[in-house]
Amino acid sequence: MYHDGKLGAILLFLPPSLLLFSLFVVMPIFNAAELSLYKWSGFGEVTDFVGLKNYANLLSHSVFHQSMWNSVKIILASILLQIPLALGLALLIYRKTPTNTLFRLVFLAPYILAEIASGLIWSFIFDGDYGVSAQIASALSIDPFYILADKRFAFLAIITVIVWKYFGFHMMIFIAALQSVPTELIEAAELDGASPRQVVTYVKLPLIAHALKLSVFFAIIGSLQVFDVIIPLTNGGPSNSTHSIVSYLYTFGLTRLNVGYGSAVGVVLFVFCIFTALTYKRIVIREGKTT
Amino acid sequence: MSRQSGIGSLSRAAALSMAAAFVIIPLLATVLGGFKTIGELRASPFGLPSQWHTEFYMDILRNPVFWSYLKSSLFVSLSAVVITLLCSSMAAYVFAHIRFFGSKMLLSYLLLGMMFPFATAILPLFIMIRDLGLLDNYLGVILPQAAFSMAFAIVLFKSFFEQLPHELFEAAYVDGCGYIRFFFQFTLPLSTPILATVGTFVFVQSWNNYLLPLVVINNRELFTWPLGMMQFRGEYIVEWNKILAFVSLTIFPAIVFFVAAQKYIVAGLTRGSVKG
Repeated sequence: MYHDGKLGAILLFLPPSLLLFSLFVVMPIFNAAELSLYKWSGFGEVTDFVGLKNYANLLSHSVFHQSMWNSVKIILASILLQIPLALGLALLIYRKTPTNTLFRLVFLAPYILAEIASGLIWSFIFDGDYGVSAQIASALSIDPFYILADKRFAFLAIITVIVWKYFGFHMMIFIAALQSVPTELIEAAELDGASPRQVVTYVKLPLIAHALKLSVFFAIIGSLQVFDVIIPLTNGGPSNSTHSIVSYLYTFGLTRLNVGYGSAVGVVLFVFCIFTALTYKRIVIREGKTT
Repeated sequence: MSRQSGIGSLSRAAALSMAAAFVIIPLLATVLGGFKTIGELRASPFGLPSQWHTEFYMDILRNPVFWSYLKSSLFVSLSAVVITLLCSSMAAYVFAHIRFFGSKMLLSYLLLGMMFPFATAILPLFIMIRDLGLLDNYLGVILPQAAFSMAFAIVLFKSFFEQLPHELFEAAYVDGCGYIRFFFQFTLPLSTPILATVGTFVFVQSWNNYLLPLVVINNRELFTWPLGMMQFRGEYIVEWNKILAFVSLTIFPAIVFFVAAQKYIVAGLTRGSVKG
């Protein structure tokens, strides 16, 4: 039955990816769930069972609350600032012309730069002695002003960098979707006397609704894993006010080798991601059925 | 009418220029900053340097440690690309062409990997890598990176393989070519566009990755460039001109790569979004 090498192909082609995936993706997640019930420094036997104490500590830690709130703020900023910006630019430059291609390249460039380099670049821009704020301060001849060390503004600075880094990515999703909108539809609407604004609201946007949802999904998943950008900008400071969930995990779980505690943070993050993914799937599938 | 569209195109140009300035000014300030003395950087962070000092750039370029960072990163990224491409294209081929009991289940199992970031399990992952003896070993970075790229790669490969003409396989099959040989002899050579797209994404992700090397690599001689850059920043914390020169030298290859591979990056983004 399997003389044509079907079985051979299955036995040879599947195990490498299954093995790598199970070992480095799935097992660590299960381990995290288990280890989150223990207090463990990472060395010796895992014996100190503490039940849900890690979770209880986590939920009562004000820095964790702040980091959750910060992640929510990143999600809101992505949806309310980044996606509209990306959509607006996509509408301006989705047609294939040489200038549009050039703008597209420029807007996409930050997306492929390393987060860590982007963070470093902007930490210079925001530096009170050298950057933007130094220029403004000296123009107004006031004392130097340290945005990243100021609790009121540090997180706004981080959000600026995140928008800078990722709006091009969302813009590309919208451009791809807009290019697949049939031009006859747009022309027909224009012939019927629709204003450019009406064409956008009644023709283009409904036809790229799928891309919008996808973009929101990516924005949420991406916001939940922000880390690299924060390290060079604020390292979570001042006084732990700018942590994301992941930088919280890194600072309070990993660098102190609180394996149980860090695992509990990981599990919470995992639950958020799965929740987002399932919600997204449900919305998309439900829409798929009705249309 | 024409007056209105004149205002329209003017405001369009203004919006685009402002967005472009938002993107470009920080990058430009970084590159120019590497040519300024520390005093001039303080006085004029955004202007052209009054005198172009090349010594900060040259010092880094003459430093063998800088090149060793880049070499490490290149080795790690290329290895991650090769492993991801090979493993996930093989798996996707099976899922695309062979029906067998449990194939749907296995596929959804692998696709779980798209849903969460590796930061969720970074601590147990660290313990696992340590227990496997892979700390301070590039494999400890390469293998998890490949494992986390797998899901997205399999999705793209599978949909590409399904679109390849089926008659080709039937003809080859009559000639006595089995599934395994067909894969290496026909499927892979026909798949260069998708191999390039997936490879580009895996490469960029691996090249830019900071958290995993940060956790796995402790030995400074093995540092990848993001670790090296943060190390350099720690050493020259107030000498922004040197740091900016360092950052510029790392952005430069990224931009060159971006311009060269943009076709594949755009293809990957649009493909990924159309497929959903």
